[in-house]
Amino acid sequence: MTATDSYQTPDGRTIGPNVMEMRNISLRFGGVKAIQDISFDIHEGEIRAIIGPNGAGKSSMLNVINGFYHPQEGEILYKGEVRKPMKPYEIAYQGIARTFQNIALFKGMSTLDNIMTGRLTHMKTGMLEQIIWSGRAEREEVENRAFVEHIIDFLEIQTIRKTPVGRLPYGLQKRVELGRALAAEPSLLLLDEPMAGMNVEEKEDMSRFILDVNDEFGTTIALIEHDMGVVMDIADRVVVMDYGKKIGDGTPSEVRNNQDVIDAYLGVSHD
Amino acid sequence: MAASKSEKSTFASIPELVAFQAHNIPNSPAYREKEYGIWQSWSWSEAAEEIDALALGFLTLGVAKGDYIAIIGRNRPHFYWSMIAAQSVGAIPVPVYQDAVAEELVYVLDHCGAKFVLAENQEQVDKVLEIKKGLKALEHIIFLDNRGMRKYDRANLHDFKDLQNKGRDSEKKFTKTLASRRKAIKSSDVCVMLYTSGTTGRPKGVILSNHNIIKTSEASSSFDKLNASDNVLAYLPMAWVGDFIFSIGQACWTGFCVSCPENTETMQQDLKEIGPTYFFAPPRYFEGLLTNVMIRMEDASAVKRFLFSYFMDHAQKIGGNLLDGHSVSVIDKLKYAIGQLFIYGPLRNTLGLSNVRVGYTAGEAIGPEIFDFYRSIGINLKQLYGQTEASVYITQQPDGQVRSDTVGIASPGVELKISDSGEVFYRSPGTFVEYFKNPKSTKETKDAEGWVATGDAGFIEAETGHLRIIDRAKDVGKMEDGHLFAPKYVENKLKFFPNVLECVVFGAGRKFCTAFINIDLNAVGNWAERNNIAYSSYQELAGHKNVYEMIKDHINETNESLADDDMLSGCQIHRFVILHKELDADDGELTRTRKVRRRVIEDKFHDLINALYDGSSEVYTETEVTYEDGTKGAISATLAIADVTPVAQKGKAA
Repeated sequence: MTATDSYQTPDGRTIGPNVMEMRNISLRFGGVKAIQDISFDIHEGEIRAIIGPNGAGKSSMLNVINGFYHPQEGEILYKGEVRKPMKPYEIAYQGIARTFQNIALFKGMSTLDNIMTGRLTHMKTGMLEQIIWSGRAEREEVENRAFVEHIIDFLEIQTIRKTPVGRLPYGLQKRVELGRALAAEPSLLLLDEPMAGMNVEEKEDMSRFILDVNDEFGTTIALIEHDMGVVMDIADRVVVMDYGKKIGDGTPSEVRNNQDVIDAYLGVSHD
Repeated sequence: MAASKSEKSTFASIPELVAFQAHNIPNSPAYREKEYGIWQSWSWSEAAEEIDALALGFLTLGVAKGDYIAIIGRNRPHFYWSMIAAQSVGAIPVPVYQDAVAEELVYVLDHCGAKFVLAENQEQVDKVLEIKKGLKALEHIIFLDNRGMRKYDRANLHDFKDLQNKGRDSEKKFTKTLASRRKAIKSSDVCVMLYTSGTTGRPKGVILSNHNIIKTSEASSSFDKLNASDNVLAYLPMAWVGDFIFSIGQACWTGFCVSCPENTETMQQDLKEIGPTYFFAPPRYFEGLLTNVMIRMEDASAVKRFLFSYFMDHAQKIGGNLLDGHSVSVIDKLKYAIGQLFIYGPLRNTLGLSNVRVGYTAGEAIGPEIFDFYRSIGINLKQLYGQTEASVYITQQPDGQVRSDTVGIASPGVELKISDSGEVFYRSPGTFVEYFKNPKSTKETKDAEGWVATGDAGFIEAETGHLRIIDRAKDVGKMEDGHLFAPKYVENKLKFFPNVLECVVFGAGRKFCTAFINIDLNAVGNWAERNNIAYSSYQELAGHKNVYEMIKDHINETNESLADDDMLSGCQIHRFVILHKELDADDGELTRTRKVRRRVIEDKFHDLINALYDGSSEVYTETEVTYEDGTKGAISATLAIADVTPVAQKGKAA
């Protein structure tokens, strides 16, 4: 149904074949239909955006991809295989990391420690070994710390390395959260409203980081965003949702000219 | 390449000094930079290798003798190497202020005709690419940080490390060229070109020769006994002459280590980790640091506050004397040692100034109490006076002769003279060669005998030989009776009181001096709260009679200190008025950098000035104000004018 081929973006990047495919997903909470029969795919190395007005079902969609919600109908293919219902931590081990709309960091821990928690899936030593501080545990700690320092450098948050996260302003907390997700070295990164509540400058910084993550590490990114301007600037392809249904799918320019999308955003009366 | 210490002074260039250090102290650290949370370090031999590789890389790009290589970025070891590598191949490094906007950048790069630009990161590269059309000479851009650079057209764009590797690969081919270019550098050749920011008109490119830099580094290093075990934190802009002298000139001369912070914002933390022995900062840095300490002390527990104020009082009394080597009683010494253990030591450590052996501040006047604070806790903070055209040093304070009101004695090798108009002139081995492509300005500034005009008015104290700077020469005038009138000098004195935000002193061609005062709403507001004074607006507070009394006390104090001064005793303030509005850049009364615009104020408030001189005790005035959204309004007020009795000059009747 959707193309599985690679394609070229207008700015000359080559996007790989699809890594994830949603087939006819429907999700209900009791009588409320949050998602109705939605299908789309995410290709390797692309920035895929999901947009839509409030309550359109975007976050539910992300939670489905993330394995937090299990859809009543439809199937999810990840790297060509149908994915069984899984726990979120199992999905994390598959290489999917995410950030949250309302920041879920450990407020009392430093930036460095928060990002270190993102390395959990890459640590092999058990608790006992770490308590007795075996050679292997120490080596592992050093390696992971070095990796985290590269992320700190990448996100330019050296100043707040040792600062407890709870004391940081909102925009920086968002950045730390992105850092923690990156620490997991995800092949698919899910961002839930990365720019919510930011001022223009913070939004520009965040856009830059998202593009750089994609460019530098080749990470596939799926993001939900309210701010149309930002999405149209950085996404390769966009899915538009409204009232749980998919009303548009394509490149930013295609979506921008889609009559249904215009109606949804400009608020035509719904019958 | 074996050279003894005495041969050092025969060296003609910085690359020769680097070779000397790499041979003499190959394993001592030369440069450090914090990256990935760890201090990375390069020894002198490693630094020499990095410089060689880059110099060879420059040759593969075809850098010719006399080419200009611009450097845009924050302090990083790689950029210091770049400057030395550029010199090694006969090119001229031109460090540029990294926060320069595109228009400023285009002027500088075009003016020097830079063929090569070294940029720190994508942001700087983008800035250069944006203006590339206007730069005919520009051929290659080299960048340090490759992040986000993947998609750029690499035809004339090179990664710093790739270029070094290319240089290493072609060592066989170019090593002879490099050696012969290095050998050909003469002491009279250009060492560096630095653009002065210039408050008026376009920036000027100051050309400093190898002779200027090396002689200055030699003299200043021996003045403060700098040696290879010292270390500095390089955090001030690379385009500023001071950084070039500290981080290249003196570093290569003495072989001390230069550390670069992780990034601009982590400076304070990095300072604490490095603990430099030799440190420079502008007065506003020391001011800000002190304010932070005071704010945090106010939040501390009562016991801590008591200890702090008890020991700080003691430090004020004898700390400075101890530093200057004056004799102090045993009991006082003992008390100071206890304070050292509990207060001064930990405080210095928190400030990152524990190890400072030689500290300097310069650039503008520093408040005496700020200066004394640092000296009293045992930090050897001194003042110097200098400018780009002098390769920094004109005067500096020797250990044991440190005062807050002078800028010290002539630096070694510097001759000083004061012109009839009171302007300071100097001549020294560090005196610049010329302004680049600007013979007219060169002629205006430097005369045939090599005397350079500083643009500052000052005088030399007869008994001590210390130079005192009064004001910018163009602001200094005469009063009616011929007394010297130096408004900024008096204004600075008044502004050291926290309650005074801004002030303007008048008196040129008049019988006596008068002043406009702006109160600081925060400080005076706090004071009002403590003293139970109610007020509903700035205007009301400014007009309150207790506030007038307080300001009058400040002016009395200022007058007393002016009376001590033969030359400036005429500048005592006789009458003043507290303004009903804050002077504001939106109204054109201040510049955007908060400097007073004298002419505008004289014009706008001429009614107030008349009242100050005609003897009236109050004046009604209406003033136009501009609100933040651009709309205009008017405020009116009746302002009281207060008289102050001037202090009699010592030995004379008033």
